[in-house]
Amino acid sequence: MNFGYYPGCSLSGTAKEFDLSLKEVLKYLDTDLQEINDWCCCGASSAHSASHLLSVALPARNLILAKEQGMKEIVAPCAACFNRLKVAQHELKTDDHIRINTEELLDTKYSDGINVLNLISLFQQIGLEKIKSNAKVDFSKLNVACYYGCLLVRPHDILKFDDPENPTTMEEVVKATGAKPVDWNFKVECCGAAHSIAHTEIVENLSMKILDDAINYKANVIVVACPMCHSNLDMRQKNIIKHNPGRNKIPILYLSQLIGLSLGLDHKKLGLDLHFIDTAPLIASLSENEVAV
Amino acid sequence: MRIGVFICHCGENIGRTVDCPSVASACANFSGVVHAEDYKYMCSDPGQNLIKQAIKEKNLDAVVVGSCSPHMHEKTFRKACSDAGINPFLVEMANLREHCSWIHDDVPSATRKAIDLVRMLVEKVKFNEPLIPIRVPVTKRALVIGGGISGIQASLDIANAGYEVVLVEKEPSIGGHMSQLSETFPTLDCSQCILTPRMVEVYQHPRIKLVSYSEVENVEGFIGNFSVTIRKKARSVKDELCTGCGLCVQKCPIKKVALSDFDEGLATRPAMYVPFPQAVPNIPVIDRSVCTYFKTGKCQLCKKVCGREAIDFEQQDQLIKEDVGAIIVATGYKLYTIDKKPDESMIKGYGEYGYGKFKDVVDGLQFERIASASGPTSGEMLRPSDKTTPKKIVFIQCVGSRDESKGFSYCSKICCMYTAKHAMLYKHKVHDGEAYVFYMDIRAGGKNYDEFVRRAIEEDGVKYIRGRVSKIYEENGKLIVKGEDTLAGVRVEIDADMVVLATAMIAQNDSVKLAQTLSVSYDKYGFFNESHPKLKPVETSTGGIFLAGACNAPRDIPDSVSMASAAAAKALVLFGSDVLEREPVVAKVNEATCAGCFYCQKVCAYNAIEQKEIKDRQGNVIKVVAYVNSGLCQGCGTCNATCPSKSVELLGFKDDQIYAQINSFAEVF
Amino acid sequence: MENEKFEPKIVAFVCNWCTYTGADLAGTSRLKQQTNARLIRVPCTGRIDPVFIIKAFEKGADGVLVSGCHPNDCHYNTGNFHARRRWIFFRQLLDFVGIDSSRLYFSWVSASEGKKWVDVVDGVINSVREKGPFNGYKKLNKEIEIPVK
Repeated sequence: MNFGYYPGCSLSGTAKEFDLSLKEVLKYLDTDLQEINDWCCCGASSAHSASHLLSVALPARNLILAKEQGMKEIVAPCAACFNRLKVAQHELKTDDHIRINTEELLDTKYSDGINVLNLISLFQQIGLEKIKSNAKVDFSKLNVACYYGCLLVRPHDILKFDDPENPTTMEEVVKATGAKPVDWNFKVECCGAAHSIAHTEIVENLSMKILDDAINYKANVIVVACPMCHSNLDMRQKNIIKHNPGRNKIPILYLSQLIGLSLGLDHKKLGLDLHFIDTAPLIASLSENEVAV
Repeated sequence: MRIGVFICHCGENIGRTVDCPSVASACANFSGVVHAEDYKYMCSDPGQNLIKQAIKEKNLDAVVVGSCSPHMHEKTFRKACSDAGINPFLVEMANLREHCSWIHDDVPSATRKAIDLVRMLVEKVKFNEPLIPIRVPVTKRALVIGGGISGIQASLDIANAGYEVVLVEKEPSIGGHMSQLSETFPTLDCSQCILTPRMVEVYQHPRIKLVSYSEVENVEGFIGNFSVTIRKKARSVKDELCTGCGLCVQKCPIKKVALSDFDEGLATRPAMYVPFPQAVPNIPVIDRSVCTYFKTGKCQLCKKVCGREAIDFEQQDQLIKEDVGAIIVATGYKLYTIDKKPDESMIKGYGEYGYGKFKDVVDGLQFERIASASGPTSGEMLRPSDKTTPKKIVFIQCVGSRDESKGFSYCSKICCMYTAKHAMLYKHKVHDGEAYVFYMDIRAGGKNYDEFVRRAIEEDGVKYIRGRVSKIYEENGKLIVKGEDTLAGVRVEIDADMVVLATAMIAQNDSVKLAQTLSVSYDKYGFFNESHPKLKPVETSTGGIFLAGACNAPRDIPDSVSMASAAAAKALVLFGSDVLEREPVVAKVNEATCAGCFYCQKVCAYNAIEQKEIKDRQGNVIKVVAYVNSGLCQGCGTCNATCPSKSVELLGFKDDQIYAQINSFAEVF
Repeated sequence: MENEKFEPKIVAFVCNWCTYTGADLAGTSRLKQQTNARLIRVPCTGRIDPVFIIKAFEKGADGVLVSGCHPNDCHYNTGNFHARRRWIFFRQLLDFVGIDSSRLYFSWVSASEGKKWVDVVDGVINSVREKGPFNGYKKLNKEIEIPVK
């Protein structure tokens, strides 16, 4: 299988381990990724609040490049990139005014026809059966909280991906690894997202509730598909515990890392050593076939 | 043809802007016009006499009146002319008031237009033919579909007036949703106490034929003459033998095999069951999907204990035919359930409220069952999950209603009232409990309605919070309700023990199918449409079919009952005459030119076009042509426009008549 | 003749239940409008044969307006749907027979939309006034020597 690949800035920077683990897993599953040549920023986080035109034109440029390079389906593992690409597609399709302005700006004609996949829909395409049949490590005692955040499922009318209030597709992927998804409450709550820098206390407060609920529902690990979610839940966790004592740590893994673990891939190659919250105890407990809470 | 033209001044209403005398004199020159005059008030007695006199003196055989809209006085002038011996369908009206004098200022151009308008109808009337009103006999018997409070009321009204009623109910028992309710607003009287006597009255009424556990399969015919096919579903019990002793239900060995619909899934019932103890008729049903006999061929315990040998495992669905003259649709509503996935239905769902996931998040009808003395908790206020008394309860209004993005844009109308009632019932039973209501607006229009809501707030201390709830989740056995108080401008979080969602009233699942069976129109939500929102609120677009209750729109009990009585009155008006007269504006086929393509049949919304065989003297079929059943035809003329050979024509609006108008619109402009 | 100010002739086919009644309401509300339209009342837009429209152009109309009940509000349930479907095909045919299809107007005006009716009528009249007279048939009639009225 072959997919176009739009890594976006996070996966080439702060979320390097997302990129590493995804490529490692896909290699194992005989799936090729072809990176869009000369891709640029999708405009996420800031463009749409600064310039409407830019927020469409930036993703449009990447979509046009993908098409020129003969791609039909592209993977945008970062939830924010996925969201921006889909929103841009929607706007270009429904709003002639913005399309004409975009085409003028980019000096190229835009045409629809690229299927944008997120991390979950990518694994659905590859086939959950394939993950299931290749799983090597016993996950049967691993309780997983699947955290979607906001960008993967909303706005539903545009993304048309899963139930915006109670999504379950990530749970299906997690089940394929043999782990047990927990039925918890905060899978689509806001983590504070880009307030991380300017209003850290908001992010800590919101993320704390998410972490608490996952632990409350006996999760051993939280799995995410968004670099923003990851950085808030992982990087801010130590401070959260410091400011609100009496809490346990919980490792935060990308979905691709969890799959990689179940396939028995090398931990270093999956970037499992790159997190703020140590993943070693979790990994150790897996190899002992016993899971620490 | 000798045509008379009469121009009305309508006091000054027409005369001010249209020069009526010169219109009359211009019309006098039209070919065929032998008489033209103008008068101050044509519709008055002297005005009408003027017309009658002219008809006699000038021997007129057609009349064009230039006055107000035909919607206003067409009947008046037709009658006047008919009294003077002219067929009423040889009278046409030019609308010189609403369509001319009232909307123009300039006298010369308005006068020119008036002349044009009259000329067009003079040309049309030359092609008019005398028509005779259609007379159809009336079967003085009514069908009522649905045995809820609306259907019960309508049936009793008609039966008490002396006519027979066939009442069809799809469930094993009549009673509808009202039988599920605990107490009713704004008086808090017990719902079953006021309903069950009515149910018994229906059952014992000599003129009501109750056909329960049955559905309307097909409807043919037209006003006064419907032929209805009813599917009587197999109960597996012979209703003529069953005495309702209930022994079979007691002995059914698989007790808690299915969730009770009557208790909204909060209790279970055996495979052999009556929906509730006061059911009418009190005849059990075997749920074949769970019955041991139907699954394994063994058991038959019910059959063994039945002294009357009423159990019949071999029973099949039966089709019965009933002839009726009027139909009252009273199929009611259902509650919007919200555990639906998006994309699977038109409803996008409220996953954030966790309905279906958290046992203590219930909907309005479930709460009714909890509050009801006949319910699963015998009226004790116990929450479903652990059967403890909730000390804090949250009610959320407008779930599914007034919410275009997730549910429906309409207001469900009864929820403000029933939520206030729920909160009150709760407070009356749990004195130290706290009740919160999240609302958008309180719509308590109705006699003693607002007072009722005020009572809930002021006397019973129910806390009303204006705002929406964004999420409900479970934490340590509590339901955390996160919402917003928009009046105080703050976020609120309530750790409730139980949550009640005031989910919207929506149309029944099969309402669209039934509407199509009956050929009545329905709105985008599946509610049946009334013929006119103000002046014909219980009629449908199909003659002889009337609406009652919540099948038309969300409606509470008092409104449903009055609507049911109104629908009954309409049926009784119909039964007041032995024959019906209808305007003969119906389609007619020219059998000589009809080629039998039956395109007309495909476009007819009323199934009015039938196939007719034309035979030679030996009885051999030489061709098949279209035939219009004038009882069914409503006169839209779509067949006329569709017919490739112009063999079907709409009387009163034939091609010739319309071409005559087109040809003459611009003689002088 | 050519120096005279052009006043368009409009033929409007309207259904009895919605638009005709809506026009009545415009009258009852005394909403002023231009005098160029001549209404022909039919029971339903479903009754309107496309040939009526061609005939109206032939007889000197500069514009034709067809108006009925809103979709789903048809007094006869489905008549206006049949009409709508018919126009989709018919419109293309108009150009083919040499009539500028932009001279044919459609609208849905309900019995309660008196104001909308006025806007529609004035809109059509103004738009046709801008287009100028429709001479297609007049020329044709001259060629085949039918006297133009």
